[in-house]
Amino acid sequence: MLRSLTLHCLLVLTFVFPFSASTLADTFVFTAIPDEDETRLVERFQGVADYLSEQLDVDVRYIPVKSYAAAVTAFRNNQVQLAWFGGLSGVQARRLVPGSEALAQGLEDQAFETYFIAHRNTGLSESDALQEDLRDRTFTFGSKGSTSGRLMPEHFVREHFEAAPEEVFSRVGFSGNHTRTLRLVEAGTFEVGALNFQVWEKELADGNIDTEAVSVIWRTPSYPDYQWTVRGDVDERFGAGFKDRVRQALLDLDDPELLASFPRTRFIPAENADYEPIRVVAEQIGILD
Amino acid sequence: MFSFPTVRVSLFFIVIAVGCLLLADLSISAANPWKDLGNFFLGLVTPDFFSYQGLATALLRTLAFAFVGVALGSAVGFLLALAYRWSAVRIFCGTIRAVHELFWALIFLQFFGFHPLTGVLAIAIPYSGIFAKVYSEILDEVDPEPARALPKGTGLISTYLFALLPQCWEQIKTYTAYRLECGLRSSAVLGFVGLPTLGFYLESSFAQGLYSEAGAMLILFYVVIATIPLWLRRQTLPFFLIAAPFCLGEGFPIIWDNVSRFFTEDIIPAPLRHGDGLAGLFDWGADILITEAMPGIWNTLLLTQMALVLTGIIALMTFPLISTQFGRPAGRLGGHVFLVILRSTPEYMLAYILLQVWGPSMLPAVVALALHNGGIIGHLVGRQSSNLSLRADAPRGLNRYGYEIVPRVYRSFLALLFYRWEIIMRETAILGILGIYTLGFFVDSAIQNIQFDRALVLIAITALLNIGIDKLSRVIRRRLALQTLPTC
Repeated sequence: MLRSLTLHCLLVLTFVFPFSASTLADTFVFTAIPDEDETRLVERFQGVADYLSEQLDVDVRYIPVKSYAAAVTAFRNNQVQLAWFGGLSGVQARRLVPGSEALAQGLEDQAFETYFIAHRNTGLSESDALQEDLRDRTFTFGSKGSTSGRLMPEHFVREHFEAAPEEVFSRVGFSGNHTRTLRLVEAGTFEVGALNFQVWEKELADGNIDTEAVSVIWRTPSYPDYQWTVRGDVDERFGAGFKDRVRQALLDLDDPELLASFPRTRFIPAENADYEPIRVVAEQIGILD
Repeated sequence: MFSFPTVRVSLFFIVIAVGCLLLADLSISAANPWKDLGNFFLGLVTPDFFSYQGLATALLRTLAFAFVGVALGSAVGFLLALAYRWSAVRIFCGTIRAVHELFWALIFLQFFGFHPLTGVLAIAIPYSGIFAKVYSEILDEVDPEPARALPKGTGLISTYLFALLPQCWEQIKTYTAYRLECGLRSSAVLGFVGLPTLGFYLESSFAQGLYSEAGAMLILFYVVIATIPLWLRRQTLPFFLIAAPFCLGEGFPIIWDNVSRFFTEDIIPAPLRHGDGLAGLFDWGADILITEAMPGIWNTLLLTQMALVLTGIIALMTFPLISTQFGRPAGRLGGHVFLVILRSTPEYMLAYILLQVWGPSMLPAVVALALHNGGIIGHLVGRQSSNLSLRADAPRGLNRYGYEIVPRVYRSFLALLFYRWEIIMRETAILGILGIYTLGFFVDSAIQNIQFDRALVLIAITALLNIGIDKLSRVIRRRLALQTLPTC
């Protein structure tokens, strides 16, 4: 008994964590908001990591996270230096990390859209505006922190119905990501949902949507969305001009397969001011203080 | 029959639960709920152990986090138990154990990030509060005579080592080993918020409908838990304890600026940070209370009361499955396997699975909580009922169940149920993260919006609610003179 007690104490005293920081200190780490199925994200961003590490001549590593907030927090805490954010998460992150910059966005991200989709049983069909018929339906957003899956659709719902989503719909859910929103509405678990139009278009092209069961009922006006954001202090850590090299590498990315996995045609320069409209909406809704 | 206080209390709780049923949203909204559940069971019987190469690593991490977390928790808990007679220590322990492991993990993730310390502390902190309480209860029971026989001037530590501990060492050992099983469950669930344990991969597989992959992980997890008595021995324990800290994985280095920023800025209420003064603070607090805390508390209470009664029903229905008073040995083996599965599947995972297949409402949560907790109580009551000796001419079948066994085990059944009341509520709050509107939903929303000041206020409210229920449960147990051993 004495022996195991001593062991106990020893364990506590020698509770030194054998984690070496050195191996990670010179690795350039990035993350991305988990807006789609994980296998797809890992595939896509592993490709980006390989590409960047070749272009930048440093070790580049992608780490998957479980929530939008976790991506923002990892960026804020300098555990990742670069991130593929949505409009809202990018605004949140840049507010929290002074000096950080939007580097590049997809060509499509200048004019991004949300699709409202509905299950066949609702009898809803496509129209030019939000329909009164949406009242008292069950409705799902994507992640709570998503721009195209939550912020903008909530904004348009509030604008049209002059009420919070909880008052308009009989039930409001948060599916977690766009693929899941699609699956839940397709299965009829929710009658209506809102998702990233690129995810819809890609799944449709890949033949992954049962168009008998689910269809688009409204396309929102466009707004700016996804972007690559980098921390302001990367030059100090990885050498002068590093930030510009990262930007250039992203703009130069022309591997068609990799681009198709996003899916984006190519990346173009972006700046913080591009996302002002998102900030304004987020403040109106109360997501940003 | 109604003259028995235990019966009256039971009826009272059943009436409350029925009232909650009328108020709660319990619909199944999935268009095809049984198809997905069928696919899930199909996945369980066609597990795919080789689809994912990281499975072994995930299992290793799950074990490592559990071992280090529980070991640290038991060591600190033991020290706290020595000082448990001071009310400050008791309040401190009560507070840290009222906050769920997942909430602790969410807090540490904000400043330690993906460092192993996040997972270790998330387990060790609430566990040390629980260990402190249980160890002190065990120590209180020992005979003080041997200590009095020690020579004058014997130090406190020597007194414990030579006079007190030897008397209760077996109990401490049994409880600590039991707690390790709980630790494994906690550790697996931590993966759901991003730590590299089983939950991380389970969540991904489930979300994508890869049920064979998820099935393989669940089966491995059940096997690990069911075989604990085989691999956890006195000879192997030191090896595990020494190896575990080295198997936690690398993670990312801690940046201490983040830690100080969290405590000096992030958790300071926004109005104070922005200089809006006390008036601003009042509005801010009122807003949280009215728009988030109140609905959160209401839903948490509804769900808890329904889950509590259904837990009781399931426990009473399942305990005969393993009781030697009923059935045949072969049937009992099946019953044991069934109950092991129920109690080793964390309610968080069960709720996650059921939410995926039935759609969001309180129903999946109630069923998940009741299955898991009912499985635990059913197991314990079943074991106890096996020790009863009945007259040779005692009735058989349903009459034996209703007139002989249930009345004899009812008090300890009720004691276990009330003991788990607080545990059920803690889990209920957490299930909000999955999208049910309990307190956890609002905590998660605050964290998603990077408003840690709000999150912390809501976590504190959750903790207070837990402490309140814990107190109430203790009052009821004392009134009814119910006694039980702690479960987790």
